[in-house]
Amino acid sequence: MSSYAAPLKDMRFAIRELAGLSEISALPGCQEVNAELVDAVLSEAAKFAQEVLDPLNRDGDKAGATLADGKVTAPKGFKEAYRQFIEAGWNGLGGPAEFGGQGLPHIVSTPVQEIWKSANMALCLCPMLTSGVLEALKAHGSPEQQKAWMPKLTSGEWTGTMNLTEPQAGSDLSAVRARAVREGSHYRIQGTKIFITWGEHDLTENIVHLVLARTPDAPEGVKGISLFIVPKFRVKPDGALGERNDIRCVSIEHKLGIHASPTCVLAYGDQKGAIGYLVGEENRGLEYMFTMMNHARLSVGVEGVAVAERAYQHALEYARTRVQGREIGQRGGDRVTIIHHPDVRRMLMSMRAQTEAMRALAYFTAAALDRARHHPDPAEKRRSQGLLDLLTPVVKGWCTEQGVEIASTGIQVHGGMGFVEETGAAQYLRDARITTIYEGTTGIQANDLVGRKVGFEKGASALAAIGAMRQIDARLAAVGEELASARANLKEAVDHLESATRWIVETFPSAPKAVAAVSVPYLKLFGTVAGGWMMARAALIAQERLKQPDADRDFLHGKLATARFYGEHELPRAATLAREVTRGADSVLALDPAKF
Amino acid sequence: MKVLVTVKRVIDPYVKVRVKSDGSGVETANVKMTMNPFCEIAVEQAVRMKEAGVVSEIVAVSIGAPQCQETLRTAMAMGVDRGILVETEVDVQPLAVAKVMKAIVAKESPKLVIMGKQAIDDDSNQSGQMLAALLGWPQAAFISKIEINGDNADVTREIDGGLEKIAIRLPAVVTADLRLNEPRYVTLPNIMKAKKKPLEVVKPDALGVDVAPRLTTLKVEEPAKRGAGVKVADVKELVAKLKNEAKII
Repeated sequence: MSSYAAPLKDMRFAIRELAGLSEISALPGCQEVNAELVDAVLSEAAKFAQEVLDPLNRDGDKAGATLADGKVTAPKGFKEAYRQFIEAGWNGLGGPAEFGGQGLPHIVSTPVQEIWKSANMALCLCPMLTSGVLEALKAHGSPEQQKAWMPKLTSGEWTGTMNLTEPQAGSDLSAVRARAVREGSHYRIQGTKIFITWGEHDLTENIVHLVLARTPDAPEGVKGISLFIVPKFRVKPDGALGERNDIRCVSIEHKLGIHASPTCVLAYGDQKGAIGYLVGEENRGLEYMFTMMNHARLSVGVEGVAVAERAYQHALEYARTRVQGREIGQRGGDRVTIIHHPDVRRMLMSMRAQTEAMRALAYFTAAALDRARHHPDPAEKRRSQGLLDLLTPVVKGWCTEQGVEIASTGIQVHGGMGFVEETGAAQYLRDARITTIYEGTTGIQANDLVGRKVGFEKGASALAAIGAMRQIDARLAAVGEELASARANLKEAVDHLESATRWIVETFPSAPKAVAAVSVPYLKLFGTVAGGWMMARAALIAQERLKQPDADRDFLHGKLATARFYGEHELPRAATLAREVTRGADSVLALDPAKF
Repeated sequence: MKVLVTVKRVIDPYVKVRVKSDGSGVETANVKMTMNPFCEIAVEQAVRMKEAGVVSEIVAVSIGAPQCQETLRTAMAMGVDRGILVETEVDVQPLAVAKVMKAIVAKESPKLVIMGKQAIDDDSNQSGQMLAALLGWPQAAFISKIEINGDNADVTREIDGGLEKIAIRLPAVVTADLRLNEPRYVTLPNIMKAKKKPLEVVKPDALGVDVAPRLTTLKVEEPAKRGAGVKVADVKELVAKLKNEAKII
């Protein structure tokens, strides 16, 4: 069994060199953030994750959360670990300062989230949802609601949930049926919500649910959904917990992965109706929910990075210790560890190179989010928002799809031992599998990308990003022979991305269905090429840094190797993906639904 | 009462240490560094004593490269009030540490100095004892418990074959053993606060201390690789092997 060690060197490199920490530090409201602070935060988070969260991950998977008499119990050790987590103040990392948070920007919180999710994804989903609720309340809650709910959600004494899904309303939330009837200053909520992550548990004394429901006279469809705060226990004016609300956990799901995270079916209003408080105005609930969905999508993209990293470390440890066969091309000699076999090395390189590229793109996007929020220049703010909107579905969709693939490769490195649960490699694949589904499936992300982000705006942000990718060509050329392969591979891949983007822009107005049919290959194409862009930038910087006398040569040479591998093994996929996009739509739709 | 604690920046205990190719020492460039675990215990003890109201101020001292500031910040995030870095690129040896600390003690006049019993890099286990000798103060090394009792400290020392309880008169030097406490996890708000705590940088010269090494390292090499084990058929064979091959009985 391997134990997790946060990849601090690569994280620092991505934060400082690729996401541009110094630029973020210069923004108003972010001045407290500098390299020393980030180092201190990351190393303490790494320590906590390694010593407290990671050791529980395996047992949590085996035991799972349990339900008895409407009460959900987290696996052994989780309650204590959560208590330590909030006592150390980690829950408030990104939370607003006026409610007790540290207000650190996303360029800091994103890597820290990666650490949590690598160490124990199932447990750390709980604080992630709490921060989603905080985002929503900060943006749309009334001052009284903020004062009542936000301090304890920021500290983590209470946790938060998002209640969107119902059996008939999954990706299509216009079908939401939960009812909300006004009763004086509050509402009575009735209905059933499913797939509620950490919807009921014993970690904290109270849980604050954000629930989508319809008022009796609401219009049909998405424009008739309102958002409500529905606490597990009502809160008295003095802050003490009052009566238990009319919410019951009916069952928890038996799932493929994230066993330690209870996925609840919640029944609201079995008796008189659960008491809820309207957030903002009636019928604008979905719009409010989306302010936190975008943020949550980025967080789930980071889960793809996190699980990939953990799977890589696990596979690497196995490859370094498992002795099997002799070195290829040598007669006799001792048996060697399997890391000596070229195909095992190929798998490890592909896991590592992709994970590095995904990490870089996720942090780069987090920095765009910080600029979009804090930049004083409106033009730069707008530009960053455009980049963020464009890259959010890419990070969510691509990083999670790759995360699943990488976790699967991790099993492959183990051979038969990966298929048996005993080695622990399988858990990462099982855990990763949800990431391409929740917070909007890959298909939903891809539709968002080709529709709202590329089609409607005639490719403006996408072509601007492609322009930025082309800008480093001259710098790569200036280095000469050493980065020639990186340069050629990137250039070719960017050409493919551009031609596919132009095809989307041209086709979208007349044939949106054709565009939707190839939207996922386009999303993967975008991710693959943007990842290649990050790796080429990394190679340029590594090249430069190596000239310094005190350079970390091992790390930088490693970066040059993974960047080159990415260019030679991942970027060539751009050609086939672009071909799928531009020539493959017809065959997707060739068979009528009835002919299947 | 004021307490001084010392913190040393060492290679992270989880890092596999590599010997430099020229045999002059171990590789520390670009290696993950951290606070010496025994120093962490010393800091934790001082912080607990402050929380208990026994101690009014904690000052942490580190001696070494500018990067030791990070180690001091960690100590401050744990609860230390301020830090002093005695900055030097010289690889300081225990006697130099003791001399520097003597000069700092003269400036700060603490009532108690808590040090780690040893650093996990060179395992010298000397600085605390040397400091007490230079100061002419009472000392208690390897403590697993300490209580302040008026002008005395009641301490429990871990000695060969048991525990020794003694009372020492303050001011004194004590060194922390593993079981003194379990250091806390640094909290995020305290990491933020630590940035604003005062950190003074001085040079050994300014303290009038010569930190030049007195000991010469001849050569550093990896320990011999352990050979594979063998299975023995019975106790008789084991005893024979221990006698004739291992020659230890």
